[in-house]
Amino acid sequence: MKYSGLIWSALYRKPIRSVLTLLSIFVAFLLFGLLQSVSFAFSQGANFSGVNRLIVSPKYSIIDSIPLNYTNQIRGIPGIEKIAHQQWFGGIFRDNRSFFPRWAVSKDYLEIYTEFMLPQDQLDAFLTTRTGAVVGRSIAEQYQLKIGDKIPIIPDIWPNKDNGPWEFDLVGIFDAKKDSVGDGIMFINYVFFEEYSLFGEGGAGNIIVQISDPDAAARIASEIDTMFANSSDETKTTSEKVYNQMFAKQMGDIGFIMTSILSAVFFTILLLTGNTMAQAVRERIPELAILKTIGFSNLSMLFIVLAESVFISLLGGLPGLGVARMMMPGLGESVSFLSGLEMTPEIFIQGVTLALLLGIIVGLPSAIRAMRLNIVDALRDS
Amino acid sequence: MNTINQIIAITLMNLRNIPSRFGASLVIIVGIAGVVTVLVALLAMAKGFEATLKGTGQPDRAIVMRSGSTSEMTSGVSASHGRIIETKPGLADSNNGALAAGELYVIADIRKRANNSEANMPMRGVQPNSFLIRDEVKIVAGRNFEFGRFEMIAGVKAADQFHGIDVGSTVSIRGADWKLVGLFESNGSIHESEVWVDHAVLVSNLKRGNGYSSMVVRLLSPLDLDVFRQSLGDDPQLEVSVVRETKYYSEQSTGITSLITQFGYGVSIIMAIGAVFGALNTMYSAVSTRSVEIATLRALGFGPTPVVISVMVEALALSIIGGLIGGLIAWTLFNGYTASTMSNSTFSQVSFSFSVTGELLLRGIVWSCMLGLIGGLFPSVAAARQPVTAALRGL
Repeated sequence: MKYSGLIWSALYRKPIRSVLTLLSIFVAFLLFGLLQSVSFAFSQGANFSGVNRLIVSPKYSIIDSIPLNYTNQIRGIPGIEKIAHQQWFGGIFRDNRSFFPRWAVSKDYLEIYTEFMLPQDQLDAFLTTRTGAVVGRSIAEQYQLKIGDKIPIIPDIWPNKDNGPWEFDLVGIFDAKKDSVGDGIMFINYVFFEEYSLFGEGGAGNIIVQISDPDAAARIASEIDTMFANSSDETKTTSEKVYNQMFAKQMGDIGFIMTSILSAVFFTILLLTGNTMAQAVRERIPELAILKTIGFSNLSMLFIVLAESVFISLLGGLPGLGVARMMMPGLGESVSFLSGLEMTPEIFIQGVTLALLLGIIVGLPSAIRAMRLNIVDALRDS
Repeated sequence: MNTINQIIAITLMNLRNIPSRFGASLVIIVGIAGVVTVLVALLAMAKGFEATLKGTGQPDRAIVMRSGSTSEMTSGVSASHGRIIETKPGLADSNNGALAAGELYVIADIRKRANNSEANMPMRGVQPNSFLIRDEVKIVAGRNFEFGRFEMIAGVKAADQFHGIDVGSTVSIRGADWKLVGLFESNGSIHESEVWVDHAVLVSNLKRGNGYSSMVVRLLSPLDLDVFRQSLGDDPQLEVSVVRETKYYSEQSTGITSLITQFGYGVSIIMAIGAVFGALNTMYSAVSTRSVEIATLRALGFGPTPVVISVMVEALALSIIGGLIGGLIAWTLFNGYTASTMSNSTFSQVSFSFSVTGELLLRGIVWSCMLGLIGGLFPSVAAARQPVTAALRGL
């Protein structure tokens, strides 16, 4: 980059303005990164979907349950590798504000959800301890839980046979694989849940089916639903991705409104910054004329001005995207349904592209002007 | 007196030539208008959600749920317990006994009009007393449902939100065909997002025993809650707790309200930082293009204070214009705008209207003033500090 010295000196010309411009761009791209990721989470559901998993749900609503013996019938369908079930346990831990999802899961659940990584001895302990429970590391850290602790849960939907709090033994702490839903969850044993629950037979909230060939998903889903059509407990089977999307869409307008207001504003900030950057070039027309006088070609004039604005744009934009990316995990942890929030590579690339575009669009008019500059006129104006 | 005259003179001069620096001044106005729009719109969303839930609760009504449950969705009260609860002291009376009604709160997957995706529509199975207790419910189209029939009435916001919720249409849920016979309003409360049916018909459809989710009661007076609570607690047969309706709904609103509020402030602060940079930039360049003019004034005997104040006033004036525009945009676009989301306590859809209150607009203007002050402060000090001779030499 033989022109880098020129570009730097242009930035140093008015250091305060350059710093302020860079910071505005930084802020704009920080917002862009945060909002695109949140909006993505709202529209797609957390980035958490095994292509080879189907979710069987009650047809009419999440409050219904599926009879457990359905698992045996589903197992007969060709192409199914594993099958597990889960029921929402809920309840209150410590106080109403300490909310994180709690599910009663069958023994084979963690074989399907391999993204929850538990050391083998802790997994064995979970499978063999009736009152066992496992939590994600973030929960363990947040509430300072360690293996061996008792976890009392006051029931809401599921009173137990003694009409008191449920008590679980923490036997394992798992980590969630990167790029999965995040680990802000607690699991308890379905068998114990069913035995000790006041109502006995709790049924399953969902049956999770792992299939060997993702291309067979549609066929297997429709076979499952046909199997129970016209029974008293009809089912609705979708891929995990679609299931998560439907849930995320229920958050509905909030996500849409937030992101649309803010993207409008993002572009406003860019417009204003662009204005300032263009102004900075205009002020330097006489200097550019001098460069031309001493022999810079038309093309290199175009290049110098463009490179300068693209450089500023990237210099502000890339750290903005980077900081947004670093803020993701914290944001995901503080808002339960955004857990596992992250900036996907696509969003990062979008951001970089946008920064490049900003640089080019803002720089191009001035660059063309610099290229066509008539030396005599320009020098006379100064 | 002299200083004041100087301040007025310079300030007026600055303000008068804003039009000649219109492009640069626009940066401040637009930037701050953006911040204020976002701040007011997001806070109006939080406010609207809060108002919808809080507006539902009445101090003389209470909800009886299973001990431990925090929402109707996770609660259950058996019909036999319901009969005991009705006999407790502290309840208002009507012709058919104490004003208590067992209600069943369930949800059904219905497609939303907005995105054609299935969402949880709340269905409330009610008893005749429900209408006496919740006397704000008014039928505004069609008629009320008849008890004993597969008929339903929908809140106006539920009708806006879900496919097929129109008077005269038939809605098929869990193998039963429900006829939608009317729409109701309830002073904008959360019930307008619900569909109401006969409790007895609903339980027959659900095949899950004839229990309730909760009981809603009308107290003799707001002061009678303690008497009622005491007698429920003293009864060893019951495992229930009672919560005043106002408290119930305000607790339900806190989660989402504070989420939106925090999000609103968080984003607005980040944006405000961006806007302040824009304002600083503008004011610095305004000051630097006028350096000769300012130096001339100083040479003529104007003091540094009037210069500082004049620049501050200019920044402030521009930001207040921005703040007013932002507030106006937020008010025209969003006041009364209806949105919906999923409640985090009942997992069902709640519709609510944004409410851009005067207080929120005021807050927006206060923000714009603060941003203007920050944006004007440093450039104005720089303007006053520049050495007169050096600036004049720049001529």
